[in-house]
Amino acid sequence: MRTLYTWSAILVIVFASVVGDVLLSHAMKQVGDVGELRRRAGLLHVIVRTLSNPNFFFAVASMAAAFFSLLFALSWGDVSLVAPAAASLTFIANAVAAKIFLHEKVDRRRWIAASLVAAGVALLAG
Amino acid sequence: MNFRKYLVLAGVTVFAVAGDSMLSHGMKQVGTISIHHLQSVFPAVTNPWVALGILFLLGFFATYTTALSWADLTYVMPATALGYVLLALVARFVLHEQISLLRWLGIVLITSGVGFVAGGPALTEHNALPEADTGEGHVIAAAKSPLLAKDARNGAPQVGVTGKI
Repeated sequence: MRTLYTWSAILVIVFASVVGDVLLSHAMKQVGDVGELRRRAGLLHVIVRTLSNPNFFFAVASMAAAFFSLLFALSWGDVSLVAPAAASLTFIANAVAAKIFLHEKVDRRRWIAASLVAAGVALLAG
Repeated sequence: MNFRKYLVLAGVTVFAVAGDSMLSHGMKQVGTISIHHLQSVFPAVTNPWVALGILFLLGFFATYTTALSWADLTYVMPATALGYVLLALVARFVLHEQISLLRWLGIVLITSGVGFVAGGPALTEHNALPEADTGEGHVIAAAKSPLLAKDARNGAPQVGVTGKI
């Protein structure tokens, strides 16, 4: 039962972080190149423009949800399972989500990279 | 990609590692927080390491957000993974911890993964700002001609700025 709880919490973490990352990436593409924007309109404009983007807020909320579900997962399961499992699954799920929702060109180079990184994180944190 | 952008990506890695390490160090000084007294986490902020850690994690969020404004999510992600490698190297050479063979293998895998992504383009060629484009026909034409696509990419953020205000 505990294992089931732990894995459900891991899936919730992965889901929340992927939603957060995808929304944040989408929000920042809407905002535009921050460096260029700062040079043209000033830092204050960049901050106001970013904070007034609704996707940015949903992204931060999702990341907060991911953080709190991590806390719950850690109270049920071992840190040596939860942290690497959540991190490496997030890498793979992010690549899939970026392709579907952000229409990023995830070519073979990036698939290999995401898999290598996910495997590496699992080994390193495990 | 210019030098300044690589600097931002390096900032993502360094801020994440430094912030996490300081936070972890500070929380060990603060002690265990009971699941039944979660509100006791707030006084922990007064610990200087925790406060500094939070400051660095804010720096991480700022650089991460900046990087996502000009690079694909699948491009920035591996850069954050490089933090795990940095953390392991700090553990080995600063804290003199033992690193097992499996962990070294993990370091090699992550590093080669990052190398794979870094060799490719940072941003997907098609325009990432569809709502900033003025005409549908323009987008299709841009997608077909690499010359026009480059043009549209340079012009689109400006259209986006003036269009939004």
